[in-house]
Amino acid sequence: MAVIIQGIGTVTALNSTNSLDTNKTLFANSRRSLSDRKGRFFMVRSDGCLSYGLNGHGGRAEKLITNAVAAKEDTAAAYTSSKPGHELLLFEALREGLEEEMDRDPTVCVMGEDVGHYGGSYKVTKGLAPKYGDLRVLDTPIAENSFTGMGIGAAMTGLRPVVEGMNMGFLLLAFNQISNNCGMLHYTSGGQFKIPIVIRGPGGVGRQLGAEHSQRLESYFQSIPGIQMVACSTPYNAKGLMKAAIRSDNPVILFEHVLLYNLKERIPDEEYVLNLEEAEMVRPGEHVTILTYSRMRYHVMQAAKTLVNKGYDPEVIDIRSLKPFDLYTIRNSVKKTHRVLIVEECMRTGGIGASLTAAITENFHDYLDAPIVCLSSQDVPTPYAGTLENWTVVQPPQIVTAVEQLCQ
Amino acid sequence: MALSTSRRAINQFIKPLSSSVYATRRLTSDSTATITVETSLPFTAHNIDPPSRSITTSPNELMTFFSDMAEMRRMEIAADSLYKAKLIRGFCHLYDGQEAVAVGMESAITRKDCIITAYRDHCIFLGRGGTLLESFAELMGRKEGCSRGKGGSMHFYKKEGGFYGGHGIVGAQVPLGIGLAFAQKYSKEEYVTFAMYGDGAANQGQLFEALNMAALWDLPAILVCENNHYGMGTAEWRAAKSPAYYKRGDYVPGLKVDGMDVFAVKQACKFAKEHALKNGPIILEMDTYRYHGHSMSDPGSTYRTRDEISGVRQERDPIERIRKLILAHDIATEKELKDIEKEKRKIVDEAIAKAKESPMPDPSELFTNVYVKGFGVEACGADRKEVRATLP
Repeated sequence: MAVIIQGIGTVTALNSTNSLDTNKTLFANSRRSLSDRKGRFFMVRSDGCLSYGLNGHGGRAEKLITNAVAAKEDTAAAYTSSKPGHELLLFEALREGLEEEMDRDPTVCVMGEDVGHYGGSYKVTKGLAPKYGDLRVLDTPIAENSFTGMGIGAAMTGLRPVVEGMNMGFLLLAFNQISNNCGMLHYTSGGQFKIPIVIRGPGGVGRQLGAEHSQRLESYFQSIPGIQMVACSTPYNAKGLMKAAIRSDNPVILFEHVLLYNLKERIPDEEYVLNLEEAEMVRPGEHVTILTYSRMRYHVMQAAKTLVNKGYDPEVIDIRSLKPFDLYTIRNSVKKTHRVLIVEECMRTGGIGASLTAAITENFHDYLDAPIVCLSSQDVPTPYAGTLENWTVVQPPQIVTAVEQLCQ
Repeated sequence: MALSTSRRAINQFIKPLSSSVYATRRLTSDSTATITVETSLPFTAHNIDPPSRSITTSPNELMTFFSDMAEMRRMEIAADSLYKAKLIRGFCHLYDGQEAVAVGMESAITRKDCIITAYRDHCIFLGRGGTLLESFAELMGRKEGCSRGKGGSMHFYKKEGGFYGGHGIVGAQVPLGIGLAFAQKYSKEEYVTFAMYGDGAANQGQLFEALNMAALWDLPAILVCENNHYGMGTAEWRAAKSPAYYKRGDYVPGLKVDGMDVFAVKQACKFAKEHALKNGPIILEMDTYRYHGHSMSDPGSTYRTRDEISGVRQERDPIERIRKLILAHDIATEKELKDIEKEKRKIVDEAIAKAKESPMPDPSELFTNVYVKGFGVEACGADRKEVRATLP
């Protein structure tokens, strides 16, 4: 029963915007399969939910949010200094962090495709090659496997390379180097070699980039022992995490998102480095903990506006650290709210959300009043068509519905 | 460390020789006297002028070569027995027959030059300053192993000796080696990197990618193909359209070397180092042979005949070649060489005994060295209930 409610609820929401009645069954199936997994544990709390689910969404002309970039006002103020600070875009923040670290430490170098003379395909390394030279900001040929291996070999001797994958999906070609050499060398050498490398690049579902250029590699890399993974989502945390990743003696994979590069924010003038293993409290609340990262943070904040209007008080945490999870912050939050919703862009199967669900369930089962709900992308290759692509990822109305049902 | 003790052992042999039978020596037993030797075959070159065939050496060096190679040979044979006694498990790839490459290369370079190789790494580890104890302890998975028992046969490393391992995935070490060369160029130190691989790995794409980058940026990288003619169980002519691995660099010069002749290897490596420092990468193909199979689970006789193996052993064995040279130049007698081999047997047995006594690693070692401390995390517990992340 709960299954159907959820299914119809979401289908109605979509139908009201896109009038695709012909596809209702198709989408309902996928929605049902999504909630089926959770439906087994789901308990119907109170009556009236059926009508609410059918009428509430059917009545509103809820628009399908396709714009991922939320305005600055939505995010919690990460900036609290008294100095004026300066405004910049996320890719500029990344560049600022990189440049500060390169000034500070001569062993920091950059390598990747088009990072030097071209300035980086997302302009993150613009202006660095003329300043630091061609060897320090190295344009590599299109050979991900070997230039990642090269970066790792250089890191073994003490250099601190920052390897850029033009798109995270291309790093699948370097999987062997990342898994075996990057992650495991410190262990198999008995601690003799450390690999202070940073592997960064944009991933995630963009604007109709197609299946191969819309991959979420965090789910593939998460089991590799010995690496750390972080995902940045705002200019403030992008710069802080970049600096922390470069300073870390462990191999760090920094996940950026293709659609977030043009986010604008005011960040402090003074130098700051963020903690790689810490999550960010975006919006404190009482009713439900929403765990998210990267682009989905903005979808969650969009949904949070709606939820607040409806009288809910969600606590939104940007987990930032994908490996290891910041179970400390999460625990404090779960203790307070007793309900968890995970919103992620990874696919349902084997994604970050799946691991996080398992981790929270096993560690904090006693604190939970309801089973964890995890909203992820569909287990499909990302289609090209805009509408299909929007259905692949989680949208704010689905988040609102999930919170409503979780909080019954 | 192991090699310096053997050098002392040699001096013990040479000194009494010079005092007692001086008159009958054709050569002064002054250990710094020079002997000119010719390599067994001339070098075959691709896109470059080959170095000369004649090399100068000294009695001291000849004895060192003999001693080092005898130790390596003894270690590998002992590892064979240990594996059959189930003290070494998993994979064990033995290097006997190929000792000349390890010893010759080591004699041409310094410890600041880097060597990186694949999984047939026991002897190269020894050459780079590893001890027999570290070797056997690691093979048996003990605490005193070079990688604390956590690496195994395929993961020997020695940071102070400039030995970067020890890698299990075929060909993956070559881009790493290019990275080492990149770091050497970056720091402007005048050292080179020897990235070693086999004839099987020579067909990996990442090799050509790495070669392209090395040539593009003039990295001081020397790619050494140890061609023992069999990639696991497949002969080279069945795996490669063009088994002339030294020519595969195309625009990168190459040299084909008799890998069973220590002096040819030494000459080639010296030549390659000078070249790499000035002109960028060069490929060396060492024509060598392994007596054992690919690994201990491979008998080594299903894809080649026993006649072939014994033929190579009779005609091209590197230790025999040095033995003949030493005897021909009257640097030592037959008995003395046999004594050296007995000595090697003894120290290898001692190392094995000591390694057997070494304890297994602590259970807590399971979780150490996963991350480096610092900005890092302390994570322990495979059971999620015990996962603890300690924030700095």
